[in-house]
Amino acid sequence: MASMNNIRTRIKLEDTEILHTTSTNFPGNYSGYDDRLNLDEFRQNLQVQITSLDDTTSEFDLIGIDAAIANAFRRILIAELPSMAIEKVHVTENSSVLPDDVLAHRLGLIPLRADPTLFIDKVAADTKEREDDTLIFKLKVACKKNPKAPTDGDDPKKLYINSNVYTEHMEWIPIGNQITKFKPEDIGPVFPDILIVKLRPGQEVDLKLVCHKGIGRDHAKFSPVCTGSYRLMPEIILKKPIYDEDAEHLQKCFTPGVIELEQDNDGHRRAVVSKPRLDMCSREALRYPAFKDSVELNKIRDHFIFSIESVGALRPDQLFIDSIKLLMSKCDRLLQEIDGNINN
Amino acid sequence: MGVQKNKTLDSYDAIEDIDQLAAPVKTIEDKWKLVPAFLQIKGLVKQHLDSFDYFVNTEIKKIMLANQEILIESDPSFYMRYLNIEVLSPSIEEGYNIVRPITPHECRLRDMSYSAPISVDIEYIRGKERVIRKGLIIGRLPIMLRSCKCVLYEKNEAEMAKMRECPLDPGGYFITRGTERVILIQEQISKNRMLIEKDSKDRFQCTVTSTTQQTKTKTAVYESKGRYFLAHNSLTDDIPIVIIFKAYGIQSDQEIVELVGYEDHIVNSFSASIEECHRLGIFTQMQALKYISTRMKSSTKQFASAQYANRNRIDEARELLAHIILAHVPVKVIEYNYKLQAVYTAIMVRRVIQAQLGHVNVDDRDYYGNKRLELAGQLIALLFEDLLKRFNGDLQKVANKIIPRQRASQFDVVKHIRPDIITNGLVIAISTGNWTIKRFKMERHGVTHVLSRLSYVAGIGMMTMIQSQFEKTRKVSGPRSLQPSQWGMLCPSDTPEGEGCGLVKNLALMTHITTDIEEKPLIRLAQNLGIEDITMMNGEEIYAENMYIVMLNGNIIGATNKPKKLIDSIRFLRRKGYLSEFISVYTLKKQRVINISSDSGRLCRPYIIVMKGQPRVTSQHIQELTLGQKTFIDFLRQGLVEYLDVNEEGDSNIAVYEKDVNKETTHLEIEPFTLLGACAGLIPYPHHNQSPRNTYQCAMGKQAMGAIGYNQSQRCDTLLYLLVYPQRHLVKTRTIELINLEKLPAGQNAIVGVMSYSGYDIEDALILNKASLDRGFGRCIVYKKQVVSMKRYPNQTCDKIKGPLINIDTKKPKWEHEVLDMDGIVGVGEIVENKQVLVNKYTPSSTTMTLAEQQSSATAAGNVFAEPEDKETPLIYRNPVPACIEKVMLTSNHEDMFIVKLLTRQTRRPEIGDKFSSRHGQKGVCGLIVQQEDMPFNDYGMCPDIIMNPHGYPSRMTIGKLIELLGGKAGVLEGKFHYGTAFGGDKIVDLSKVLIDRGFNYLGKDVLTSGLTGEPLQSYIFFGPIFYQKLKHMVQDKMHARARGPRSILTRQPTEGRSRDGGLRLGEMERDCLIGYGASMLILERLMISSDQFQVDVCNQCGLFGYNGWCQYCKSSSDVATIKIPYACKLLFQELQSMNIVPRISLKTQI
Repeated sequence: MASMNNIRTRIKLEDTEILHTTSTNFPGNYSGYDDRLNLDEFRQNLQVQITSLDDTTSEFDLIGIDAAIANAFRRILIAELPSMAIEKVHVTENSSVLPDDVLAHRLGLIPLRADPTLFIDKVAADTKEREDDTLIFKLKVACKKNPKAPTDGDDPKKLYINSNVYTEHMEWIPIGNQITKFKPEDIGPVFPDILIVKLRPGQEVDLKLVCHKGIGRDHAKFSPVCTGSYRLMPEIILKKPIYDEDAEHLQKCFTPGVIELEQDNDGHRRAVVSKPRLDMCSREALRYPAFKDSVELNKIRDHFIFSIESVGALRPDQLFIDSIKLLMSKCDRLLQEIDGNINN
Repeated sequence: MGVQKNKTLDSYDAIEDIDQLAAPVKTIEDKWKLVPAFLQIKGLVKQHLDSFDYFVNTEIKKIMLANQEILIESDPSFYMRYLNIEVLSPSIEEGYNIVRPITPHECRLRDMSYSAPISVDIEYIRGKERVIRKGLIIGRLPIMLRSCKCVLYEKNEAEMAKMRECPLDPGGYFITRGTERVILIQEQISKNRMLIEKDSKDRFQCTVTSTTQQTKTKTAVYESKGRYFLAHNSLTDDIPIVIIFKAYGIQSDQEIVELVGYEDHIVNSFSASIEECHRLGIFTQMQALKYISTRMKSSTKQFASAQYANRNRIDEARELLAHIILAHVPVKVIEYNYKLQAVYTAIMVRRVIQAQLGHVNVDDRDYYGNKRLELAGQLIALLFEDLLKRFNGDLQKVANKIIPRQRASQFDVVKHIRPDIITNGLVIAISTGNWTIKRFKMERHGVTHVLSRLSYVAGIGMMTMIQSQFEKTRKVSGPRSLQPSQWGMLCPSDTPEGEGCGLVKNLALMTHITTDIEEKPLIRLAQNLGIEDITMMNGEEIYAENMYIVMLNGNIIGATNKPKKLIDSIRFLRRKGYLSEFISVYTLKKQRVINISSDSGRLCRPYIIVMKGQPRVTSQHIQELTLGQKTFIDFLRQGLVEYLDVNEEGDSNIAVYEKDVNKETTHLEIEPFTLLGACAGLIPYPHHNQSPRNTYQCAMGKQAMGAIGYNQSQRCDTLLYLLVYPQRHLVKTRTIELINLEKLPAGQNAIVGVMSYSGYDIEDALILNKASLDRGFGRCIVYKKQVVSMKRYPNQTCDKIKGPLINIDTKKPKWEHEVLDMDGIVGVGEIVENKQVLVNKYTPSSTTMTLAEQQSSATAAGNVFAEPEDKETPLIYRNPVPACIEKVMLTSNHEDMFIVKLLTRQTRRPEIGDKFSSRHGQKGVCGLIVQQEDMPFNDYGMCPDIIMNPHGYPSRMTIGKLIELLGGKAGVLEGKFHYGTAFGGDKIVDLSKVLIDRGFNYLGKDVLTSGLTGEPLQSYIFFGPIFYQKLKHMVQDKMHARARGPRSILTRQPTEGRSRDGGLRLGEMERDCLIGYGASMLILERLMISSDQFQVDVCNQCGLFGYNGWCQYCKSSSDVATIKIPYACKLLFQELQSMNIVPRISLKTQI
């Protein structure tokens, strides 16, 4: 029964393969288990534990759900949550070394600080710049010789003024009611020091940057996350006690902190698993015959360590909540469709 | 190798205390640093530059001296003599008397030749006085970039930048008419050397190809029915060898036999020849000469008679022996002393006999010591001498014509100097690649090639390329296979596949090609070292047991009985720097010959000298090198390092590693990775790959897009591919650093997951991550050039460019002209679409008649004269994908009045079907582009840029690629670049250690989660960065489809090829299939109805074509029927009729 439980709940890392990767706990598959969906049980089992959270990154544990649902959140985070990005560049002057299209591509990838929920999707046929679907920036920088430059140096930053064009040079041009709707610190590039292009005296860029709302599936620049992903909680089982040198060796086989040495009663140092969460599944221990039989590496099937790195427009917790909402609306939509079809 | 090296170290440490003398050789740390030191002074294209410099500085003067005087028959007092010749610095003449210096880049942009005037000082007779004129220009010489005459010579980076030149560009090529052309290195069999071979009739023969400044002839000595003969092109018959000896003035039979050899077996073999001579009744020199003179070809006689008008046939025969047969052997002409030639011929005979008796082996033509490489300098020298001769001949002709006719003005030869002969001759030869040398009757094609600027490596690869003279179509394996003597000199991997395989080769990294070294001091030195004059010796002395014949560049200069002393002295002097470092000495033990070589075109490479089992170079020396206290020159001068050519290499005992050094060792390899060339050198871990894979990569590296030079945005190439974000190689090699590829890389480090994904990855197809493409992976820019030239015509008209046509109603230009500026040329930054006009050019309707003439001819014909309208000849953009105008350049040059150059730009992101390749000959096209969320990801949330199918590995066995991934992964984790240098590089153990330390699996295999299901994949995935190249083959340039379209005029069949919007051919094999299947109607539809169906009237009476229901032949319409046949068939019938063959068609009623 124990092995059955293992198969249901653990993914086993062997030397050359991974066992039991697929979840098999659908109703009726196992005799003696009741795998029917039970909302109360699900509510009871579901746990969310936030390990870290700040403005851009977050790590939290999601325990008690199926991989499909966790994956749905991940996919929505990457591809379906909207964000604002530069979509069109009107070039008045570009005498830099970068061709217009390359420059525009670079600009498109700049993460913008603007709450996408406050904007609506751009209608493709509509060429007008409207206050509720468009943000406009101006980027006008000309490079000059620095009259006060030291004569001996060759650092272009000192020799010339504006030798590097950074995102801080982008200037927000509010249209319509945007000036009242947003504060200046609400809108702008997330980082002020992203290098866009380098200039030399006589070169100039004069661009109008038009931003629209979009989703990551259309272009990676609209994705609100650098990455959203998860891994499964590792589980390390020491089947036999391991002492002294072997223990030290075992400790080195894992990320520091995973295995701790404990002073035994008879003066031996014994290896104990302390923080399996830190392990990155290098499977180093399985290389040594000494540990092959005494160490078992598993991953817990329904324990997801989720990590979201936001690009900066929205907080990661907000993003995750948005992804849940989006999934819910998709489910609603599906239910409606089904109902509709039945009614028809 | 590395492991073994360590062992040497360990054992050394153990023994050190006991007996230091018996210790094995210590490894010299960082001795690879000698390679950059070598490349610093020699560079990658130094062989080209050296040879051109030699021509410009030395050889051109020698050529001038050899063709110094012009004399004429009509006036014996007239002469013209060159006093000095010099090549000035590159300049152009803009109009009359306006000369200014020019930079190579201007030449490229303006379609001009980068050339420098050749200036001469002459002395000549004008009327009665002697005149000296200095600084006359007799022509212009195209200048090799970076050579000593080039404006880029020894310029630093800032100065180069000012001239719009890339400091990393190797130079070594020419610019003629705006195109960069390389004179490829030509491989030849070495001249003036005896070669024993078997001829077509399986007889042994000894041949010599004698080359002198004037002639190039081939002499052969062979055996037939026990007798020996001499064969030569200028002789109608082959001459018995003894007659030749007699003609040389050696009349006594005993002397002749002795010269060939006193040994019994040789005398026995030779006796029949003596007998034959007796039978022919030839005993004296006179008789022999007479015998030869009757067998001379008439052309040779003419040649002789032209120069020496009143000589008799005997003299002609003498002349032949002296200057045509064995022309390279010097003869004291005044007394006609042929002793040296006699000895030379005797040695040839002796070699044949020895070969017959099996004492010596047949020479191997493919042995690289028997090969010489001809470089740009030598080829230009040949051409220049020919042109100078023609130039002199023309002057002579003019002088001959004009001087006898007394005129009011004196004849001044300077006024008749026409520099075009030399200028055009050189420019045409370089820009077409046709090398025609009249005096050698040489006609070679494809000597020059356009320098490939596809990538930086392609350019460098082209500069090291060697072309062989062998025919490419012949199916011979000998010259194509890798010869052991090519070790270290030629790259074993870098050769094309297919017809040029093994015939086109590439130089290895450290190879140098010699230039000519003055012979006279060497002869004097050899004489001082105690060699004896061979003309003073008889046969017994020459072939004595311990006597060695000393030859210099194939000529006998004497003999010595102390061979070792001579060789040692020469080597000693060479190491001391008293002799040129490129002089080589080697012995042929069996033939007892010491060969000294100082000729040009020999391959050589540097080695560390080993004396008494210890390398001369120590770690101390290398330290000094690192600190900059020593240069490579110092290593040469101090006798630590020396050059060995292929022949001398054969006499040496070279250790590859320090551990191999023993008592017999004479030299130590500097670094084994230098045996690869520049292209193969960029492969990481090539020694772990199957060898053909390295060869494939050598070909593909040249197609990879990347950066091509710091001046790439200044250039105006017909086609230029650039990568938007090229990256440095994560796993690099020493060679990559040495050739500066890191500064101009061609590819990107892609995170690769080796796994199967969907079915779109079969047959090497790759899966690409869409998000990576969004972020700039594989994004490239394509620049294309278009040129419009504005010509001036004989009737004083010229091409015009007019402004856009404006629609009167809308006041806007018509769509085709929308992108034009008011001057009629497209504006910079415009996006042009298919069929829009780029330059609105007009050509006058008549280019020969003037307006007045047209008017008069019109009135004469009784027509009202209307001023003709100009024809529209616009430049139209033709490409279904729009492009942006990058640059518009207006300029002028000599040939056309004005040139408008346009550069269009397209930025492309990778799409399905674009070709990619790693650095291991593993190419593949993109099979599918996948959304990021569908990609598998690892525990860190990383997804691959590329998914590669694992089936690519087992059959290709590119283990190097696996190690590159490990190295790249370790490098990324550590934040450093790892090395994958050939025969070295970072070890797998160390790389795995890094992976383990950073919490990764030691094999580089990660746990990946499927992006589709969200569950872990069942196997571990080999995951990490590999350097990927984007190749120039892109779908956009190849896509093609046609429903209806243009047809060719003659046959009315659909045109052929994508560029003409052609149809897709249903070929004969496809036709066979349809026949076999019995699909007759389909055949009819494909081959006729959809192609060139045509209705003709056929008369069933005569079987000929009629017209309009009427048969002109039968004068009736009674039996004319209308049938449908292919137009091509009708055409064939008519063509047959035009050559008097009557094809008749007989028709039957359809049943």
